[in-house]
Amino acid sequence: MESLASAPTFCEPLDDDGLSEPTFLDRLFDQGLLVRTGVDGLYGRSGAFESVVEALDRLIGRLGAADNAEVLRFPPGMSRPAFERSGYLKGFPNLAGTVHSFCGHEGEHAKLLACVEAGEDWTAGQKATDIVLTPAACYPLYPVAAARGALPAEGRLFDLQSYCFRREPSLEPTRMQLFRMREYVRMGSPDQVLAFRESWLERGTQMIRDLALPLAIDAANDPFFGRAGRMLANNQRAQGLKFELNVPVNSVEKPTACLSFNYHQDHFGTTWGLTQADGSVAHTACVGFGLERITLALLRHHGLDLAAWPEAVRRVLWG
Amino acid sequence: MVSPEAIRNILARNEALAPIAGEISEDENLFDKGLDSFGSVQLMLALEEHFDVEFPDHLLSRKSFSTIRSIRETVSSLVQAEAA
Repeated sequence: MESLASAPTFCEPLDDDGLSEPTFLDRLFDQGLLVRTGVDGLYGRSGAFESVVEALDRLIGRLGAADNAEVLRFPPGMSRPAFERSGYLKGFPNLAGTVHSFCGHEGEHAKLLACVEAGEDWTAGQKATDIVLTPAACYPLYPVAAARGALPAEGRLFDLQSYCFRREPSLEPTRMQLFRMREYVRMGSPDQVLAFRESWLERGTQMIRDLALPLAIDAANDPFFGRAGRMLANNQRAQGLKFELNVPVNSVEKPTACLSFNYHQDHFGTTWGLTQADGSVAHTACVGFGLERITLALLRHHGLDLAAWPEAVRRVLWG
Repeated sequence: MVSPEAIRNILARNEALAPIAGEISEDENLFDKGLDSFGSVQLMLALEEHFDVEFPDHLLSRKSFSTIRSIRETVSSLVQAEAA
């Protein structure tokens, strides 16, 4: 467990009081780093903001380069049947985003336009398509990997990045509804995937230290829905399945998870019929990097002017 | 009184445990026998419905549902608390 007591000095007060001072989100808008769209958690990004996201993406790629992960990129939508089979709805029905589309005829088109014109609900006739917004970068991967057949003896390692959607509107800039997640996903035996997770706990911690950000590694749970979710969350914590690397961004009391280290046991292996070379069910683990969240942590701690960031941090990001 | 048989009847509704529910001893670990996290949630909901109790948050854990004996003791305490 790291201690926040060893944190570098913040460049500005961390707690938004929401009264007299503009919030961190306001300052990001004022500086043009994020762009309002009228929807909380849905923002445009400036070139400067993107330059940090891209530098982080490259940095993560360098840190994992020696492992020779197979690079795959999926669009931010996935197959609805695959999404349904994944089990996501058991734990997070409130976070899922489905793609709906107009499937009517000309008469219904006229009604739709009349509703829009009258300011009435025009969405009643929209029907769910076969696409669901990707909730985590690795979700489209498992059926693809399983379709290749049993894993080789050394297992497999994948490198993913995708925009992801979670329906949780918030004024905290770190809780976006559409955000990018970089992931490495390991598939193999329990020993193989746990060794992978352990190595990334070390690498990820060193990466954030090199970026001169304060951090703490904490046991964590996913935000499962409802009372049943509380039991799933308790189980996840009791088994040590999820750890998060937290950085104070919006507040010290509720730091922001910037990286997560997850051991899925045989959940995805069983769900997708993914097997090891010996025919037993494959185990999986992943490390996820919240690219916008790490960017926001850097902006919070080193200031909104990238040129004024500490030279050592700029060197890590841009060489 | 909550009997082991009543618990076994509910365990028999779980896909993984159904074929062996009648043979599981009171102290065998149900998770070792194939119960998974989502299965334990369904088990919790089925127990609540059958015995007309509600598990408080601090009992929503693997430990409470790990054996027939732990389930029986937990449910018994909740039934008695309801009756008191």
